Amino acid sequence: MAIGLIVNPIAGMGGSVGLKGTDGKEMQARALVLGAKPHCLDRTRQAMETLAAAFPRAEIIAAAGRMGADAVAGLGLHTETIPLNSSPNASETRRIAAIMSKRGVSLLVFAGGDGTARDVVSATGLKTPVLGIPAGVKMHSGVFAVNPRAAGRLVADLLSDSGRRIGFRKVEIMDIDEDGLREGEISARLYGYARAPYAKLLLQAAKGRSPVYDDAALQGACNEIASEMNPNVLYLIGPGTTAKRVLTALGLEGTLLGVDAVRNGRIEATDVTEQQALQLAASGQVGIVVGVTGQQGFVFGRGNQQIGPEIIQRAGTDHITVVAGAGKLAILPEPVLRIDTGDPDLDDSLRGYRRVRVGRGQSMMMRME
Amino acid sequence: MTVESRAHPWMAISAPGVVEQMLQEIGAKTVDELFEQVPKDHYRKLPPDLPPTLLSEAELRRDLLGKLRKNRTCEEYLNFLGAGCWQHHVPSVVEEIVGRTEFMTNVWGSPQSDVGRNQAWFEFSSQLGALLNMDVVQLPVYSWGCAAGHAIRMAARLTGRKKVLVPKFIDPERLSVIRTYCEPAEMKSHIEVVLVEADPDSLCLDMEDLKSKISSDVAAVYFENPSYVGMIEAAGAEIAQLARNNGAETIVGVDPVSLGVITAPGDYGADIAVGPTQPLGVHMNGGGGVGGFLASRDEEHYVRQFNGFLVSITETMTPGEYGFGLACAHQNSYGMREDGNDWTGNSVYLWAVANAVYMSLLGPQGFVELGQLIISRAQFAASRLQSIDGVSVSSPTGFFKEFVVNFDGTGKSVAEINTGLMRSGIFGGKDLSAEIPELGQSALYCVTEIHNAADIETLVAAMAEVVQ
Amino acid sequence: MRKDSEIRQFHAAKWHEPIVMELGRPGARGQVFADPEQTILDAVGDASALIPAAMRRKDRAELPEMTEFEVQRHYLHLSQMTLGMMGISLFGTCTMKYNSRMAEIATNRPELAETHPYQPAETLQGTMEIIHDFDLILRSLSGMDQFVFQPGGGADAAYTMTAVARAYWQAKGQLGKRDEVITSIQAHPCNAATAAAAGFKVVTLPLEENGYPSVEALKAAVSDRTALLMINNPDDMGIYNPDIKEWVRIVKQAGGLCFYDHANFNGVMGKLSARELGFDACMFMLHKTFGGPKGGGGPAVGAFGCSEELAPFLPTPVIVNNDGQYVLDEDRPQSSGKIREFWGNVPIVVKAYAWARCMGADGINLASDISVLANNYMDHKLSSIRGVAKSHPDFGKWRMEMTRWGLGPMQEETGIGTVEAANRMADFGIDPWWMSHEPWVVAEPFTPEAGELWSKEDLDQWIAGLQQISDEAYSNPELVKTAPHNQPIAQIKGDWLEDPEAWAMTWRAYQRKHPASGSDASGRSSATAAAGGD
Repeated sequence: MAIGLIVNPIAGMGGSVGLKGTDGKEMQARALVLGAKPHCLDRTRQAMETLAAAFPRAEIIAAAGRMGADAVAGLGLHTETIPLNSSPNASETRRIAAIMSKRGVSLLVFAGGDGTARDVVSATGLKTPVLGIPAGVKMHSGVFAVNPRAAGRLVADLLSDSGRRIGFRKVEIMDIDEDGLREGEISARLYGYARAPYAKLLLQAAKGRSPVYDDAALQGACNEIASEMNPNVLYLIGPGTTAKRVLTALGLEGTLLGVDAVRNGRIEATDVTEQQALQLAASGQVGIVVGVTGQQGFVFGRGNQQIGPEIIQRAGTDHITVVAGAGKLAILPEPVLRIDTGDPDLDDSLRGYRRVRVGRGQSMMMRME
Repeated sequence: MTVESRAHPWMAISAPGVVEQMLQEIGAKTVDELFEQVPKDHYRKLPPDLPPTLLSEAELRRDLLGKLRKNRTCEEYLNFLGAGCWQHHVPSVVEEIVGRTEFMTNVWGSPQSDVGRNQAWFEFSSQLGALLNMDVVQLPVYSWGCAAGHAIRMAARLTGRKKVLVPKFIDPERLSVIRTYCEPAEMKSHIEVVLVEADPDSLCLDMEDLKSKISSDVAAVYFENPSYVGMIEAAGAEIAQLARNNGAETIVGVDPVSLGVITAPGDYGADIAVGPTQPLGVHMNGGGGVGGFLASRDEEHYVRQFNGFLVSITETMTPGEYGFGLACAHQNSYGMREDGNDWTGNSVYLWAVANAVYMSLLGPQGFVELGQLIISRAQFAASRLQSIDGVSVSSPTGFFKEFVVNFDGTGKSVAEINTGLMRSGIFGGKDLSAEIPELGQSALYCVTEIHNAADIETLVAAMAEVVQ
Repeated sequence: MRKDSEIRQFHAAKWHEPIVMELGRPGARGQVFADPEQTILDAVGDASALIPAAMRRKDRAELPEMTEFEVQRHYLHLSQMTLGMMGISLFGTCTMKYNSRMAEIATNRPELAETHPYQPAETLQGTMEIIHDFDLILRSLSGMDQFVFQPGGGADAAYTMTAVARAYWQAKGQLGKRDEVITSIQAHPCNAATAAAAGFKVVTLPLEENGYPSVEALKAAVSDRTALLMINNPDDMGIYNPDIKEWVRIVKQAGGLCFYDHANFNGVMGKLSARELGFDACMFMLHKTFGGPKGGGGPAVGAFGCSEELAPFLPTPVIVNNDGQYVLDEDRPQSSGKIREFWGNVPIVVKAYAWARCMGADGINLASDISVLANNYMDHKLSSIRGVAKSHPDFGKWRMEMTRWGLGPMQEETGIGTVEAANRMADFGIDPWWMSHEPWVVAEPFTPEAGELWSKEDLDQWIAGLQQISDEAYSNPELVKTAPHNQPIAQIKGDWLEDPEAWAMTWRAYQRKHPASGSDASGRSSATAAAGGD
């Protein structure tokens, strides 16, 4: 029962600096210039720490160095290393994934985003189950755990209870064309399928095709949010179509995919990075207005990494407004909203039940995990 | 559970042995086992204490009729009560059709399986639209007051304003319902109800007071034609124009049986029309026959504000065939939670079928004859009552089927007079003395096609005796 | 003799019935009215002169001109083109019952039909006695202290609750502050909708892993702003929330009111008491649970009952028994105000009273037993039909009186979903089913409710219908997709219904918007002839 581990060390660098991904060398360089810090290895380590604590007997087959082994070093896990042929890149990911698949690992854990998922799954197909530690900017594929710790727990559960609580299911591997995303267009493509583990629920909420029209209600909610804004507060709004309705309600244009900073009814900056937002806020109060992204119901950590842990802490839980359609919430695969801010302690402090605004005067009490 | 040895006539599975057979098929030992979800401490402590079971239809019938016979009816008594519930002739064909089990027992079928009912509903809207000269008629709501309440809320949403002008002489029952719909002042969406004075002579709307109260913060002017006290509001077009000049909606409450002879609200500027449906072929039923209609011009911004069911004619997959479906189905609360335009639910849709049959039976000439007959007899009754010493009619002309009779000159109260009339087998008019004190000892009398000249003379004779 | 496992053949009446506006001929009459008597004419003169000139109608209303028989025949045809429970209807959440013909006939008698609500109370003692006796029956079933019958349906009773809550909090001086109503996603949408229409903010609790909202979610929602909890139990999926007593405790501890929407009373009637569970108020639907006819959507009654503490805030009038004399109590200064004119749909109250008397306490208890048994019998049989999926498949316990099912697998595998299958059900004389309130949390939902009326043979027929549809979906899906085939009309086209240029809610609007298709008698008759073969 060995677990494979591959890390894409440059994944996710674009998020905090407002880039929509780091596919390609040029974007990676640009991310570094903008001050992005590689965090993929840190997030992998969070997952592996959780695994080591819960199931110290786990056996790991890791790609060498920054592509895996560094993340488990010193955790006391039995680790075998696969040497690298070159510096980390996509073809190296594919090569090592193929080796692991051939070796018959019971689960291949990788860290990265949708691009990494595509590389891994192109080598494993449906033969080897895979699990993603979320560390990219784009994570639309169904292989990702909610956050690194959840990934570690899932692996530990899989190894310890031989499948009673953990099942496997076929999930979609999706990716979005990054150029289009940067231009403000969203077009996700299905690239294939993978087999991924998941925690079984006693009662699985059935996923429905709902003909609900959230539209009018959502606009009502967004109008109300706009009308309740306090003076002199720096509001970070977005990204996504739902949050954009708040800008529309304010009579502002803004961006669809960026986080826009609004104060006193005026846009102070569009498509801001976390650092820019912190600078703009200076010592003033910060408010955050976000939608729910992705089919897994993320509030933080998917597609809006610009709203990072520091700025979330600055705002404080009372100044975070989540807005989503009631129909969308009702058909989430699990009745929870997800948070993955990158700071596990902050995630802990955000857990619990929070009101999500679904209409004028209407809210839904959702569990955050 | 013990199955009684005698099966219940309304429960097939109560026949001996069926429960046991079904339990066996599903693999359960007892019925109690099937209630495993309910915690034991949730069960009630004592069984309900109900009166003895009347399993026999004959016994049950006897119980029901024995009680109902304690009532006195408007067939035995000569009735002059109206005020929101009126005694009109109900054609027998209407009774037959609404008694049809298919119409009586159906719930929501598909547009195909219940096409007959849907067509009847469309014909309700179509015929009422022809009387109102308005293109959009919703299926009825619970009552006239509810229809007025919804219409006022529609107007508030349309205009973004929070004030409605309503005539001071309005049915207090209806006004109470309207106030419920307009919400208490503490609520954020409260709509302020401002009463417009009545002209003391004509009892119609006081135009000067209306002009002083209307402004750019008024969502709607609501008035009735004929009014609560029976008066035909001759200034309808002027009121509507005044509302329009101030950006307010005009909502008119109308009695549909008057529309053979009185101008349709669509022809004097109504944006929304409301009114009662009970006069169109529904028995009074002790007040349980009421319903309210809601109609507007066919403009999308109005249509999008309706709260209930809008039945539209449509095509089917077979060329040339009619079908019917719900238009804008997602704006009521069944389709979309929480932000539907108000809410909807079961209403009085069976009465819509009665109304449709009634309107088909009368046709255009029937409504003309009915209107002429009612106004003639009502006018006659008023003038005959006025001939009695001490009795006067507060506004002696210009009413439709109801009018205010004043007894101040008799030195007697309405209550005393009505008690006296009861002894002659007459239900006198509704006592207004408490609700409209400025009209003194007055009562609202209702005369319709069911009162012939002899009935009116009977009333006059009894009245003359009582006021002595 | 047909076997139960075989579906009965059926074809609906198909009259190709014109719209009533197309029928008749100029001058034809269905009802005439007497001319005013000569004495009247002599006294008042010409009727039209009695109307102010500006208000005299100049046009003739464009109504049909038909004989009495033609009107009767037209509407009888329409009744025949309405399936309306003539076969089998297991329309979930509506609790289809036998509607006593005797009660119908009794309420059509003049002793009820020809009475006016403002008649002196002493002339309406019979009606008041029945209403009061029925009030006592409902009090006994619920533990509440007073019922009123003014609300015209379940949603109107929910609205009554919000109005009573407003009056209650107004009296406590907390109306502006207590501005939130808590409900759950599986409660009837009217709860949320009426609360919003009454001016409250609404907090909705979602279903969680156990199949119902969690106590923790409720705790997070409850605060000193909580005015009211509006909840039903069991829900439409057949799940009973076992924490309900704890819910009530939590809300009341925060000072809030608790309302039990008894829409799903049929499975627990005679067994639970809303008051004993701690609720302050509840609602019963007399046109569902208590055997009143539905009339295609009313007249209906949502009987609203509450505790002594809330009773002063009820809408008036309340019928009171004063030493054997029944009187209308209008003098209730703290009343919420009226929800609707008069006392409610009196005939339905009388029919519900008749139902309760004929059932009796034992019959009511037996009926809830049977309805839960029959639902679990349905569940047992439905689970073996291909393409059919049960909500909460791993729940593992017997359900209450109805279960939500779905055709998700069938839809994925064959393209036949709940709408197509419901249309096809009508071809067997079975009323199309209730799907689900929105949002749909089960894919392609349908919600059968067996109730206590239907026989085992009826249930078997219904199941056989769905079995046949499943067989067809996997062998000849086109047959189901194009259904219905045995109904008065073919599938309707929906494209006019959301299009302001095309929708027509009246014949006037239809003629204006569709001049080519309207009143084209020749086109219509040829189409009718072409369709005549089926």
